[in-house]
Amino acid sequence: MKRTSLFDQHLAAGARMVAFAGWEMPIQYASGIHQEHLAVRESAGLFDVSHMGEIEVTGPGALSFLRFATLNDPALLGPGRGQYSMLPNDRGGLIDDLYVYHTTPEDFLPDDYLVVCNASNREAVASHLTRLARDFDADVRDVSDDFGLLALQGPGAALLLGRVTDADVGGLKKNRTLAGTLLGCEVTFARTGYTGEDGFEIFCHPEDAPALWRTLTAAGAVPCGLGARDTLRLEAGFPLFGHELTPETNPRCTDFAWVVKDKPFYGREAIWSRTCTRQLVGLRLLQRGVARQGYRVLAPAAGEDELGDKIGEVTSGTISPLTRDGIAMAWIRKAYSEPGTEVAVEVRAQPLSAVVVKPPFY
Amino acid sequence: MNLPEALLYSPSHEWSKLDGDILTVGITDFAQDQLGDVVFVELPTVGTQVSARSAVAVVESVKTASDIYAPVSGEVTEVNSALTDAPETLNSDPYEEGWMFKLRVSGASELDKLLSAADYQKIAEAG
Repeated sequence: MKRTSLFDQHLAAGARMVAFAGWEMPIQYASGIHQEHLAVRESAGLFDVSHMGEIEVTGPGALSFLRFATLNDPALLGPGRGQYSMLPNDRGGLIDDLYVYHTTPEDFLPDDYLVVCNASNREAVASHLTRLARDFDADVRDVSDDFGLLALQGPGAALLLGRVTDADVGGLKKNRTLAGTLLGCEVTFARTGYTGEDGFEIFCHPEDAPALWRTLTAAGAVPCGLGARDTLRLEAGFPLFGHELTPETNPRCTDFAWVVKDKPFYGREAIWSRTCTRQLVGLRLLQRGVARQGYRVLAPAAGEDELGDKIGEVTSGTISPLTRDGIAMAWIRKAYSEPGTEVAVEVRAQPLSAVVVKPPFY
Repeated sequence: MNLPEALLYSPSHEWSKLDGDILTVGITDFAQDQLGDVVFVELPTVGTQVSARSAVAVVESVKTASDIYAPVSGEVTEVNSALTDAPETLNSDPYEEGWMFKLRVSGASELDKLLSAADYQKIAEAG
């Protein structure tokens, strides 16, 4: 099992460690997922996301290669900008979802593009990109071990970060990057995140991560684990690969259809030609209960003591720490996917009423 | 691990407190710690007859759903409905405010099978 350079900091902060995608990572710290979640919504939380994969794409053909390999359009990215994107397979589904950064000569990130992917898909993404790059004048290299990555998230993140760095982080626009120093360490700030809040992701040298962690937590950032990361992204309505997005799911049948730009790309025919019979939706439970991955979504029952037909399946679910409602994401039949449509979720053989909503859930 | 000496314990991580023929039941400090943040509690219906070691309630944390078992046979006489609105009480005060339900014991001999704090601690520590 791999450990990030922040392992000792996690233990010192009272973390409960779990196995995640081959890494030993904190699921939560002593105060619990609920408190961590609220810290990010109300002030600032700090996540170790060093386990995520970083892939360098370089060379004269790097842009045309990434335009072909990914669904969003990196031609829209000037230097110092990033975009959410996805990596299609050739069967109308996905290999992973990604962040693609166009790097700058000033930052210490690799030239010319940096692709950040899920830890669980690092090898799959690297090998797929390497294979596709053979037809382009571009080189692909897995540089994940060269980077530590911290995510400082919450409405208080900019103020907190501004107190410990001379870089103009407050003036940094969403999805842009900025080279700078933090405690004398070389870092790159990106105004990105996965919580629904304002915030930063901070690329650093792995050996510098512990000092940065200590400084940011001493300045008031609350250590947050994978548990809160999941409840936050779900409450914000962000998909997670392996749950909402899979090798079989067409992103054009989700609220993230905007990612798929109309240009030539690998696997285009399969993604573009398919009509959506199912749609990815948000569900809010109207009765108390927790919908979980794999639970059945049913049409409203015709009468009492009856169960409606199965119309889909829950991909993620929890209780919203903010609203205290049961919330979920689910792939369901297109005919039921309009916001406001009443459906049911089968929780331990009981159909609980739910309504289709457009996330975020708070 | 906080395990009051005065209570009885089940291997499935419930605690019990006997008062006359009424048994008050909840989950142990070890159980709440393992579950993490509790977000939902489903309680039995008052008047239900339950048999020993049958699943009678559900506790759901962010991570997982867990069945809660009746330590002995009996009739449900009362439930802690305050937990419906404040399930996190199971985390903050598992032995007092976080009690879950009360049973009128019908299988008194089954009480002998419940564990002392020391015996339960061995089971909990063995995982």
